[in-house]
Amino acid sequence: MLLISCPWCGPRDETEYHYGGQAHVPYPETTADLTDEQWAEYVFYRDNPKGPFAERWMHSTGCRRWFNVLRDTVTYEVLSSYRLDEPRPELPQAGGNNR
Amino acid sequence: MTAEPLPEHPDFLWRNPEPRSSYDVVIVGAGGHGLATAYYLAKNHGITNVAVLEKGWLAGGNMARNTTIIRSNYLWDESAAIYEYALKLWEGLPEELDYDFLFSQRGVLNLAHSLQDVREGVRRVNANRLNGVDAQWLEPDEVAKVCPILNLSSRTRYPVLGGTFQPRAGIAKHDHVAWALARRADEIGVDLIQGCEVTGFLKDGDRVVGVETNRGRILAGRVGLASAGHSSVLAERAGVRLPVQSHPLQALVSELHEPVHPTVVMSNHVHVYVSQAHKGELVMGAGVDSYNGYGQRGSFHVIEQQMAAAVELFPVFARAHVLRTWGGIVDVTPDASPIIGTTPVENLYVNCGWGTGGFKATPAAGWTFAHTIATGEPHPLNAPFALERFATGALIDEHGAAAVAH
Repeated sequence: MLLISCPWCGPRDETEYHYGGQAHVPYPETTADLTDEQWAEYVFYRDNPKGPFAERWMHSTGCRRWFNVLRDTVTYEVLSSYRLDEPRPELPQAGGNNR
Repeated sequence: MTAEPLPEHPDFLWRNPEPRSSYDVVIVGAGGHGLATAYYLAKNHGITNVAVLEKGWLAGGNMARNTTIIRSNYLWDESAAIYEYALKLWEGLPEELDYDFLFSQRGVLNLAHSLQDVREGVRRVNANRLNGVDAQWLEPDEVAKVCPILNLSSRTRYPVLGGTFQPRAGIAKHDHVAWALARRADEIGVDLIQGCEVTGFLKDGDRVVGVETNRGRILAGRVGLASAGHSSVLAERAGVRLPVQSHPLQALVSELHEPVHPTVVMSNHVHVYVSQAHKGELVMGAGVDSYNGYGQRGSFHVIEQQMAAAVELFPVFARAHVLRTWGGIVDVTPDASPIIGTTPVENLYVNCGWGTGGFKATPAAGWTFAHTIATGEPHPLNAPFALERFATGALIDEHGAAAVAH
Protein backbone atom coordinates (compact mmCIF):
# COMPACT_ATOMS: atom_id res chain seq x y z
CA MET A 1 0.00 0.00 0.00
CA LEU A 2 1.23 3.47 -0.86
CA LEU A 3 2.07 5.92 1.90
CA ILE A 4 1.07 9.35 0.60
CA SER A 5 1.71 12.60 2.38
CA CYS A 6 -1.18 15.06 2.28
CA PRO A 7 0.25 18.62 2.36
CA TRP A 8 -2.21 19.50 5.14
CA CYS A 9 -2.65 16.28 7.15
CA GLY A 10 0.67 14.50 6.74
CA PRO A 11 1.41 10.88 5.75
CA ARG A 12 -1.61 8.57 5.45
CA ASP A 13 -2.36 5.20 3.85
CA GLU A 14 -3.40 5.07 0.19
CA THR A 15 -6.91 3.96 1.18
CA GLU A 16 -7.64 7.43 2.56
CA TYR A 17 -7.24 8.97 -0.88
CA HIS A 18 -9.01 9.14 -4.22
CA TYR A 19 -6.97 9.11 -7.42
CA GLY A 20 -7.47 11.88 -9.97
CA GLY A 21 -5.13 11.07 -12.86
CA GLN A 22 -2.53 13.28 -14.48
CA ALA A 23 -1.80 16.68 -12.93
CA HIS A 24 -1.03 19.96 -14.72
CA VAL A 25 -3.54 19.51 -17.57
CA PRO A 26 -4.80 23.04 -18.20
CA TYR A 27 -8.25 23.74 -19.62
CA PRO A 28 -7.68 24.89 -23.20
CA GLU A 29 -7.62 28.56 -24.05
CA THR A 30 -9.62 29.84 -27.05
CA THR A 31 -11.98 26.86 -26.84
CA ALA A 32 -14.16 28.08 -29.69
CA ASP A 33 -11.27 27.58 -32.11
CA LEU A 34 -10.39 23.99 -31.15
CA THR A 35 -10.66 21.19 -33.71
CA ASP A 36 -12.25 17.85 -32.81
CA GLU A 37 -8.75 16.39 -32.57
CA GLN A 38 -7.66 19.10 -30.13
CA TRP A 39 -10.74 18.52 -27.99
CA ALA A 40 -10.06 14.78 -28.03
CA GLU A 41 -6.52 15.53 -26.88
CA TYR A 42 -7.79 17.53 -23.91
CA VAL A 43 -10.63 15.15 -22.95
CA PHE A 44 -9.20 11.68 -23.61
CA TYR A 45 -5.42 11.75 -24.02
CA ARG A 46 -3.15 11.69 -20.98
CA ASP A 47 0.52 10.86 -20.47
CA ASN A 48 1.23 7.30 -19.38
CA PRO A 49 4.95 7.37 -18.53
CA LYS A 50 6.99 4.52 -17.16
CA GLY A 51 8.76 6.44 -14.40
CA PRO A 52 8.05 9.70 -12.58
CA PHE A 53 4.50 10.98 -13.10
CA ALA A 54 2.81 14.09 -11.71
CA GLU A 55 -0.71 13.17 -10.68
CA ARG A 56 -3.64 14.43 -8.63
CA TRP A 57 -4.90 12.85 -5.41
CA MET A 58 -7.71 13.90 -3.06
CA HIS A 59 -7.65 13.23 0.66
CA SER A 60 -11.21 11.90 0.66
CA THR A 61 -11.39 10.60 4.24
CA GLY A 62 -9.38 13.52 5.65
CA CYS A 63 -9.36 17.19 4.71
CA ARG A 64 -11.02 16.45 1.32
CA ARG A 65 -8.59 18.69 -0.51
CA TRP A 66 -6.93 18.00 -3.86
CA PHE A 67 -3.16 18.14 -4.19
CA ASN A 68 -0.43 16.84 -6.50
CA VAL A 69 1.94 13.93 -6.08
CA LEU A 70 5.09 13.11 -8.01
CA ARG A 71 5.27 9.31 -8.04
CA ASP A 72 7.32 6.72 -9.92
CA THR A 73 4.96 4.37 -11.80
CA VAL A 74 7.53 1.55 -11.80
CA THR A 75 8.90 1.61 -8.24
CA TYR A 76 5.73 3.24 -6.78
CA GLU A 77 8.00 5.53 -4.78
CA VAL A 78 6.26 8.76 -3.81
CA LEU A 79 8.89 11.36 -4.67
CA SER A 80 7.05 14.48 -3.56
CA SER A 81 3.62 15.87 -2.74
CA TYR A 82 2.70 19.53 -3.13
CA ARG A 83 -0.22 21.93 -3.21
CA LEU A 84 -2.05 22.79 -6.43
CA ASP A 85 -0.70 26.35 -6.39
CA GLU A 86 2.88 25.09 -6.21
CA PRO A 87 4.96 24.22 -9.29
CA ARG A 88 6.04 20.69 -10.03
CA PRO A 89 9.23 20.13 -7.99
CA GLU A 90 12.49 19.85 -9.89
CA LEU A 91 14.00 16.63 -8.60
CA PRO A 92 17.20 15.15 -9.99
CA GLN A 93 15.69 11.65 -10.20
CA ALA A 94 12.48 12.84 -11.86
CA GLY A 95 12.39 13.44 -15.58
CA GLY A 96 9.59 15.38 -17.19
CA ASN A 97 6.15 14.16 -18.15
CA ASN A 98 6.03 13.52 -21.84
CA ARG A 99 4.81 17.04 -22.44
CA MET B 1 -15.12 -36.61 -7.21
CA THR B 2 -11.59 -35.79 -8.23
CA ALA B 3 -10.19 -32.89 -10.18
CA GLU B 4 -9.47 -33.34 -13.85
CA PRO B 5 -5.90 -34.31 -14.88
CA LEU B 6 -4.25 -31.99 -17.37
CA PRO B 7 -3.54 -33.27 -20.88
CA GLU B 8 -0.02 -34.24 -21.94
CA HIS B 9 1.81 -31.72 -24.10
CA PRO B 10 3.41 -32.54 -27.42
CA ASP B 11 7.21 -32.83 -27.04
CA PHE B 12 7.95 -30.17 -29.59
CA LEU B 13 6.07 -26.87 -29.60
CA TRP B 14 8.10 -24.34 -31.58
CA ARG B 15 11.59 -23.61 -32.92
CA ASN B 16 13.69 -20.80 -31.50
CA PRO B 17 15.15 -19.26 -34.66
CA GLU B 18 17.59 -16.35 -34.90
CA PRO B 19 15.85 -13.23 -36.19
CA ARG B 20 16.27 -12.67 -39.94
CA SER B 21 17.10 -9.24 -41.31
CA SER B 22 13.66 -8.63 -42.78
CA TYR B 23 10.08 -9.90 -42.76
CA ASP B 24 6.86 -9.02 -44.52
CA VAL B 25 5.22 -8.48 -41.15
CA VAL B 26 6.65 -8.03 -37.66
CA ILE B 27 4.26 -8.45 -34.72
CA VAL B 28 5.45 -7.00 -31.40
CA GLY B 29 4.30 -9.08 -28.44
CA ALA B 30 4.05 -12.89 -28.29
CA GLY B 31 1.01 -13.02 -26.07
CA GLY B 32 -2.29 -14.54 -27.11
CA HIS B 33 -3.19 -11.66 -29.40
CA GLY B 34 0.18 -11.51 -31.15
CA LEU B 35 0.26 -15.28 -31.67
CA ALA B 36 -3.35 -15.39 -32.91
CA THR B 37 -2.56 -12.53 -35.31
CA ALA B 38 0.42 -14.43 -36.72
CA TYR B 39 -1.66 -17.60 -37.04
CA TYR B 40 -4.48 -15.88 -38.93
CA LEU B 41 -2.05 -13.87 -41.11
CA ALA B 42 -0.79 -17.24 -42.33
CA LYS B 43 -4.07 -19.11 -42.40
CA ASN B 44 -6.45 -16.46 -43.76
CA HIS B 45 -4.11 -14.33 -45.85
CA GLY B 46 -1.24 -16.63 -46.84
CA ILE B 47 1.33 -14.32 -45.24
CA THR B 48 3.93 -16.55 -43.61
CA ASN B 49 7.07 -14.42 -43.74
CA VAL B 50 6.24 -13.17 -40.26
CA ALA B 51 8.13 -12.69 -36.99
CA VAL B 52 6.57 -12.33 -33.58
CA LEU B 53 9.00 -10.49 -31.28
CA GLU B 54 8.74 -10.92 -27.53
CA LYS B 55 10.88 -9.03 -25.02
CA GLY B 56 10.42 -11.69 -22.35
CA TRP B 57 9.27 -15.24 -22.92
CA LEU B 58 6.36 -16.43 -25.01
CA ALA B 59 2.98 -15.75 -23.36
CA GLY B 60 4.70 -14.63 -20.15
CA GLY B 61 2.90 -11.28 -19.82
CA ASN B 62 -0.83 -10.84 -19.32
CA MET B 63 -1.45 -14.17 -21.06
CA ALA B 64 0.13 -15.85 -18.01
CA ARG B 65 -1.70 -13.62 -15.53
CA ASN B 66 -5.39 -13.53 -16.44
CA THR B 67 -8.35 -15.36 -14.91
CA THR B 68 -9.10 -17.29 -18.15
CA ILE B 69 -12.75 -16.26 -18.48
CA ILE B 70 -14.41 -16.34 -21.91
CA ARG B 71 -17.84 -14.76 -22.54
CA SER B 72 -19.58 -12.50 -25.06
CA ASN B 73 -22.40 -10.91 -23.05
CA TYR B 74 -21.47 -7.31 -23.90
CA LEU B 75 -24.06 -4.52 -24.13
CA TRP B 76 -23.41 -2.66 -27.38
CA ASP B 77 -23.81 -4.09 -30.89
CA GLU B 78 -20.15 -3.49 -31.83
CA SER B 79 -18.83 -5.32 -28.76
CA ALA B 80 -21.35 -8.16 -28.90
CA ALA B 81 -20.36 -8.71 -32.53
CA ILE B 82 -16.62 -9.03 -31.93
CA TYR B 83 -16.79 -10.97 -28.65
CA GLU B 84 -19.43 -13.37 -30.01
CA TYR B 85 -17.27 -13.89 -33.09
CA ALA B 86 -14.44 -14.75 -30.69
CA LEU B 87 -16.62 -17.20 -28.79
CA LYS B 88 -17.62 -18.95 -32.02
CA LEU B 89 -13.94 -19.23 -32.95
CA TRP B 90 -13.12 -20.59 -29.46
CA GLU B 91 -15.73 -23.31 -30.02
CA GLY B 92 -13.80 -24.62 -33.03
CA LEU B 93 -10.21 -23.87 -32.04
CA PRO B 94 -9.26 -26.96 -30.00
CA GLU B 95 -10.06 -29.17 -33.01
CA GLU B 96 -8.62 -26.74 -35.54
CA LEU B 97 -5.34 -26.44 -33.62
CA ASP B 98 -5.43 -30.10 -32.60
CA TYR B 99 -4.63 -29.19 -29.01
CA ASP B 100 -6.77 -29.77 -25.95
CA PHE B 101 -6.64 -26.47 -24.10
CA LEU B 102 -9.50 -27.40 -21.79
CA PHE B 103 -12.10 -24.99 -23.17
CA SER B 104 -14.98 -25.60 -20.78
CA GLN B 105 -18.38 -24.00 -21.52
CA ARG B 106 -19.57 -24.09 -17.94
CA GLY B 107 -21.42 -20.74 -18.15
CA VAL B 108 -20.85 -17.33 -16.63
CA LEU B 109 -23.15 -15.80 -14.05
CA ASN B 110 -23.05 -12.02 -13.52
CA LEU B 111 -24.76 -11.25 -10.20
CA ALA B 112 -27.02 -8.29 -9.42
CA HIS B 113 -27.07 -6.82 -5.92
CA SER B 114 -29.09 -3.63 -6.36
CA LEU B 115 -32.17 -2.48 -8.25
CA GLN B 116 -29.90 -0.71 -10.72
CA ASP B 117 -27.89 -3.91 -11.20
CA VAL B 118 -31.14 -5.77 -11.92
CA ARG B 119 -32.25 -3.21 -14.49
CA GLU B 120 -28.82 -3.16 -16.14
CA GLY B 121 -28.72 -6.96 -16.20
CA VAL B 122 -32.18 -7.37 -17.74
CA ARG B 123 -31.35 -4.71 -20.30
CA ARG B 124 -28.12 -6.48 -21.21
CA VAL B 125 -29.87 -9.86 -21.52
CA ASN B 126 -32.35 -8.31 -23.97
CA ALA B 127 -29.56 -6.59 -25.90
CA ASN B 128 -27.59 -9.87 -26.03
CA ARG B 129 -30.59 -11.79 -27.39
CA LEU B 130 -31.19 -9.21 -30.11
CA ASN B 131 -27.55 -9.78 -31.09
CA GLY B 132 -27.87 -13.56 -31.15
CA VAL B 133 -25.87 -14.02 -27.93
CA ASP B 134 -27.24 -16.66 -25.56
CA ALA B 135 -28.35 -14.92 -22.38
CA GLN B 136 -30.85 -15.49 -19.61
CA TRP B 137 -32.07 -13.52 -16.64
CA LEU B 138 -32.13 -15.73 -13.53
CA GLU B 139 -34.11 -15.05 -10.37
CA PRO B 140 -32.34 -15.99 -7.09
CA ASP B 141 -33.92 -19.48 -6.95
CA GLU B 142 -32.65 -20.13 -10.49
CA VAL B 143 -29.21 -18.77 -9.55
CA ALA B 144 -29.15 -21.36 -6.76
CA LYS B 145 -29.65 -24.16 -9.28
CA VAL B 146 -26.72 -22.98 -11.42
CA CYS B 147 -24.35 -22.44 -8.47
CA PRO B 148 -25.51 -24.21 -5.29
CA ILE B 149 -22.60 -22.98 -3.14
CA LEU B 150 -23.60 -19.30 -3.51
CA ASN B 151 -24.95 -17.64 -0.38
CA LEU B 152 -28.43 -16.44 -1.42
CA SER B 153 -29.54 -15.31 2.02
CA SER B 154 -31.40 -12.02 2.13
CA ARG B 155 -29.48 -11.14 5.30
CA THR B 156 -26.14 -10.39 3.66
CA ARG B 157 -24.98 -6.83 3.20
CA TYR B 158 -25.57 -6.98 -0.56
CA PRO B 159 -28.08 -9.79 -1.18
CA VAL B 160 -28.13 -11.50 -4.57
CA LEU B 161 -31.24 -10.18 -6.38
CA GLY B 162 -30.68 -12.25 -9.52
CA GLY B 163 -28.15 -12.51 -12.28
CA THR B 164 -27.48 -12.74 -15.99
CA PHE B 165 -26.33 -16.14 -17.24
CA GLN B 166 -24.56 -17.01 -20.47
CA PRO B 167 -24.46 -20.83 -20.75
CA ARG B 168 -21.96 -20.91 -23.67
CA ALA B 169 -19.41 -18.84 -21.76
CA GLY B 170 -16.67 -20.50 -19.70
CA ILE B 171 -12.95 -20.83 -19.19
CA ALA B 172 -9.92 -22.21 -21.05
CA LYS B 173 -6.40 -23.06 -19.92
CA HIS B 174 -4.67 -19.83 -20.91
CA ASP B 175 -1.08 -21.02 -21.30
CA HIS B 176 -2.17 -24.04 -23.35
CA VAL B 177 -4.07 -21.66 -25.65
CA ALA B 178 -0.87 -19.72 -26.28
CA TRP B 179 1.15 -22.88 -26.86
CA ALA B 180 -1.49 -24.25 -29.23
CA LEU B 181 -1.38 -21.07 -31.32
CA ALA B 182 2.42 -20.89 -31.13
CA ARG B 183 2.89 -24.47 -32.30
CA ARG B 184 0.63 -24.02 -35.30
CA ALA B 185 2.06 -20.61 -36.25
CA ASP B 186 5.57 -22.10 -36.02
CA GLU B 187 4.58 -25.05 -38.21
CA ILE B 188 3.33 -22.66 -40.89
CA GLY B 189 6.70 -20.86 -40.86
CA VAL B 190 6.25 -17.93 -38.48
CA ASP B 191 9.42 -17.08 -36.50
CA LEU B 192 8.67 -16.75 -32.79
CA ILE B 193 11.58 -14.82 -31.27
CA GLN B 194 11.82 -14.56 -27.50
CA GLY B 195 14.15 -12.28 -25.57
CA CYS B 196 13.89 -9.70 -28.34
CA GLU B 197 12.85 -6.26 -27.13
CA VAL B 198 11.79 -3.54 -29.55
CA THR B 199 13.65 -0.38 -28.56
CA GLY B 200 12.73 1.85 -31.48
CA PHE B 201 11.26 2.09 -34.96
CA LEU B 202 12.86 2.63 -38.33
CA LYS B 203 10.95 5.19 -40.33
CA ASP B 204 11.08 6.61 -43.82
CA GLY B 205 9.16 9.86 -43.48
CA ASP B 206 5.72 8.98 -42.11
CA ARG B 207 6.12 5.32 -42.93
CA VAL B 208 7.48 2.61 -40.65
CA VAL B 209 9.99 0.30 -42.35
CA GLY B 210 11.28 -1.78 -39.47
CA VAL B 211 12.16 -2.02 -35.81
CA GLU B 212 15.27 -1.57 -33.69
CA THR B 213 15.71 -4.37 -31.18
CA ASN B 214 18.24 -5.53 -28.61
CA ARG B 215 19.16 -8.17 -31.21
CA GLY B 216 19.67 -5.74 -34.06
CA ARG B 217 17.65 -4.07 -36.76
CA ILE B 218 14.81 -5.95 -38.39
CA LEU B 219 13.20 -4.55 -41.52
CA ALA B 220 9.48 -5.04 -41.92
CA GLY B 221 6.89 -4.30 -44.58
CA ARG B 222 4.32 -3.80 -41.87
CA VAL B 223 4.47 -3.70 -38.09
CA GLY B 224 1.65 -4.65 -35.72
CA LEU B 225 1.77 -3.75 -32.03
CA ALA B 226 0.11 -6.19 -29.63
CA SER B 227 1.87 -5.43 -26.36
CA ALA B 228 -1.02 -4.80 -23.94
CA GLY B 229 0.15 -2.87 -20.86
CA HIS B 230 3.14 -1.39 -22.68
CA SER B 231 1.24 -0.29 -25.80
CA SER B 232 1.51 3.44 -25.12
CA VAL B 233 5.21 3.25 -24.22
CA LEU B 234 5.94 1.40 -27.44
CA ALA B 235 3.68 3.51 -29.68
CA GLU B 236 5.30 6.66 -28.34
CA ARG B 237 8.66 5.44 -29.67
CA ALA B 238 7.01 5.39 -33.10
CA GLY B 239 5.63 8.90 -32.57
CA VAL B 240 2.04 7.76 -31.94
CA ARG B 241 0.13 8.92 -28.87
CA LEU B 242 -2.55 6.55 -27.57
CA PRO B 243 -5.46 7.38 -25.22
CA VAL B 244 -4.44 4.57 -22.89
CA GLN B 245 -3.60 4.44 -19.19
CA SER B 246 -1.76 1.46 -17.67
CA HIS B 247 -2.99 0.03 -14.38
CA PRO B 248 -2.04 -3.00 -12.28
CA LEU B 249 -4.75 -5.70 -12.17
CA GLN B 250 -4.20 -8.55 -9.77
CA ALA B 251 -5.55 -12.04 -9.34
CA LEU B 252 -4.96 -14.93 -6.97
CA VAL B 253 -5.47 -18.66 -6.61
CA SER B 254 -6.21 -20.86 -3.65
CA GLU B 255 -4.70 -24.23 -2.88
CA LEU B 256 -6.29 -27.20 -4.68
CA HIS B 257 -9.77 -28.32 -3.70
CA GLU B 258 -12.23 -30.98 -4.77
CA PRO B 259 -14.60 -29.66 -7.46
CA VAL B 260 -17.16 -27.46 -5.68
CA HIS B 261 -17.76 -24.56 -8.03
CA PRO B 262 -19.52 -25.57 -11.27
CA THR B 263 -19.62 -22.28 -13.19
CA VAL B 264 -18.01 -18.81 -13.28
CA VAL B 265 -19.46 -16.18 -10.95
CA MET B 266 -18.80 -12.48 -11.39
CA SER B 267 -20.04 -9.59 -9.33
CA ASN B 268 -19.54 -5.98 -10.34
CA HIS B 269 -21.11 -4.63 -7.21
CA VAL B 270 -19.19 -6.38 -4.43
CA HIS B 271 -16.44 -6.96 -6.91
CA VAL B 272 -15.00 -10.38 -7.13
CA TYR B 273 -15.02 -13.03 -9.87
CA VAL B 274 -14.42 -16.68 -9.19
CA SER B 275 -14.10 -19.92 -11.07
CA GLN B 276 -12.49 -23.24 -10.24
CA ALA B 277 -9.65 -24.35 -12.47
CA HIS B 278 -9.54 -27.89 -13.81
CA LYS B 279 -6.81 -28.86 -11.36
CA GLY B 280 -8.91 -27.53 -8.46
CA GLU B 281 -7.62 -24.06 -7.58
CA LEU B 282 -10.17 -21.34 -6.97
CA VAL B 283 -9.17 -18.55 -9.36
CA MET B 284 -10.21 -15.07 -8.26
CA GLY B 285 -9.88 -11.58 -9.60
CA ALA B 286 -10.93 -8.11 -8.54
CA GLY B 287 -10.67 -4.58 -9.90
CA VAL B 288 -7.65 -2.62 -11.02
CA ASP B 289 -5.65 -0.35 -8.76
CA SER B 290 -6.87 3.20 -9.26
CA TYR B 291 -3.44 4.62 -10.01
CA ASN B 292 -1.21 4.19 -13.06
CA GLY B 293 1.50 1.60 -12.61
CA TYR B 294 3.86 -0.79 -14.35
CA GLY B 295 4.98 -2.74 -11.28
CA GLN B 296 3.13 -6.04 -12.01
CA ARG B 297 1.84 -6.10 -8.45
CA GLY B 298 -1.28 -4.65 -6.88
CA SER B 299 -2.39 -3.08 -3.63
CA PHE B 300 -3.13 -5.25 -0.64
CA HIS B 301 -6.41 -3.50 0.17
CA VAL B 302 -7.81 -4.60 -3.20
CA ILE B 303 -7.23 -8.25 -2.27
CA GLU B 304 -8.68 -7.61 1.16
CA GLN B 305 -11.97 -6.29 -0.29
CA GLN B 306 -12.12 -9.01 -2.90
CA MET B 307 -11.66 -11.76 -0.29
CA ALA B 308 -14.29 -10.20 1.97
CA ALA B 309 -16.74 -10.27 -0.95
CA ALA B 310 -15.78 -13.82 -1.90
CA VAL B 311 -16.26 -15.18 1.62
CA GLU B 312 -19.65 -13.48 1.97
CA LEU B 313 -20.83 -14.85 -1.38
CA PHE B 314 -19.26 -18.28 -0.83
CA PRO B 315 -19.13 -19.13 2.89
CA VAL B 316 -17.67 -22.51 1.86
CA PHE B 317 -14.44 -20.67 0.87
CA ALA B 318 -13.85 -19.33 4.38
CA ARG B 319 -11.05 -21.79 5.20
CA ALA B 320 -9.43 -21.86 1.75
CA HIS B 321 -5.82 -20.72 1.78
CA VAL B 322 -4.43 -18.30 -0.78
CA LEU B 323 -1.58 -19.99 -2.58
CA ARG B 324 -0.26 -17.11 -4.66
CA THR B 325 -1.14 -13.65 -5.97
CA TRP B 326 0.18 -11.77 -8.97
CA GLY B 327 -0.47 -8.69 -11.06
CA GLY B 328 -0.59 -7.82 -14.73
CA ILE B 329 -0.54 -4.43 -16.40
CA VAL B 330 -3.68 -3.61 -18.33
CA ASP B 331 -4.07 -0.80 -20.86
CA VAL B 332 -7.32 0.99 -20.20
CA THR B 333 -9.09 3.29 -22.68
CA PRO B 334 -11.59 6.03 -21.80
CA ASP B 335 -14.58 3.95 -23.03
CA ALA B 336 -13.36 0.53 -21.78
CA SER B 337 -13.24 -0.75 -25.38
CA PRO B 338 -10.17 -1.78 -27.37
CA ILE B 339 -8.38 0.04 -30.19
CA ILE B 340 -7.68 -2.14 -33.25
CA GLY B 341 -6.65 -0.51 -36.46
CA THR B 342 -4.41 1.87 -38.34
CA THR B 343 -2.30 4.64 -36.81
CA PRO B 344 -1.17 8.02 -38.18
CA VAL B 345 2.09 6.25 -39.15
CA GLU B 346 1.79 4.34 -42.42
CA ASN B 347 2.25 0.56 -42.17
CA LEU B 348 2.05 0.69 -38.36
CA TYR B 349 -1.00 -0.97 -36.83
CA VAL B 350 -2.12 -1.19 -33.25
CA ASN B 351 -4.12 -3.70 -31.22
CA CYS B 352 -4.41 -2.43 -27.65
CA GLY B 353 -6.70 -1.05 -24.98
CA TRP B 354 -8.33 -4.36 -24.07
CA GLY B 355 -8.03 -3.34 -20.44
CA THR B 356 -9.06 -6.17 -18.17
CA GLY B 357 -10.74 -8.30 -20.83
CA GLY B 358 -8.33 -9.24 -23.59
CA PHE B 359 -8.09 -12.98 -23.03
CA LYS B 360 -11.65 -13.82 -24.10
CA ALA B 361 -11.17 -11.87 -27.34
CA THR B 362 -7.93 -13.63 -28.34
CA PRO B 363 -9.13 -15.35 -31.56
CA ALA B 364 -11.23 -12.41 -32.80
CA ALA B 365 -8.49 -9.92 -31.96
CA GLY B 366 -6.07 -12.03 -34.00
CA TRP B 367 -8.56 -12.52 -36.85
CA THR B 368 -9.42 -8.82 -37.25
CA PHE B 369 -5.90 -7.52 -36.59
CA ALA B 370 -4.50 -9.93 -39.19
CA HIS B 371 -7.11 -8.70 -41.67
CA THR B 372 -6.21 -5.07 -40.96
CA ILE B 373 -2.48 -5.71 -41.32
CA ALA B 374 -2.88 -7.82 -44.46
CA THR B 375 -5.24 -5.48 -46.30
CA GLY B 376 -4.42 -2.11 -44.74
CA GLU B 377 -8.14 -1.75 -44.01
CA PRO B 378 -10.21 -2.69 -40.98
CA HIS B 379 -12.41 -5.78 -40.96
CA PRO B 380 -16.11 -4.89 -40.46
CA LEU B 381 -15.81 -6.27 -36.90
CA ASN B 382 -12.98 -3.95 -35.85
CA ALA B 383 -13.89 -0.87 -37.91
CA PRO B 384 -15.86 0.65 -34.97
CA PHE B 385 -12.81 0.18 -32.72
CA ALA B 386 -10.59 2.63 -34.61
CA LEU B 387 -8.40 5.21 -32.89
CA GLU B 388 -10.42 7.94 -34.67
CA ARG B 389 -13.46 7.35 -32.45
CA PHE B 390 -11.98 9.52 -29.71
CA ALA B 391 -12.12 12.51 -32.06
CA THR B 392 -15.45 11.69 -33.75
CA GLY B 393 -17.13 10.88 -30.42
CA ALA B 394 -18.44 7.49 -31.61
CA LEU B 395 -17.39 5.84 -28.35
CA ILE B 396 -18.37 2.29 -27.36
CA ASP B 397 -18.98 2.66 -23.65
CA GLU B 398 -18.62 -0.80 -22.13
CA HIS B 399 -17.81 0.15 -18.55
CA GLY B 400 -20.87 -1.82 -17.41
CA ALA B 401 -20.33 -5.01 -19.38
CA ALA B 402 -16.55 -4.90 -18.96
CA ALA B 403 -17.33 -6.39 -15.52
CA VAL B 404 -14.18 -5.10 -13.82
CA ALA B 405 -14.10 -1.67 -12.26
CA HIS B 406 -11.76 0.47 -14.32
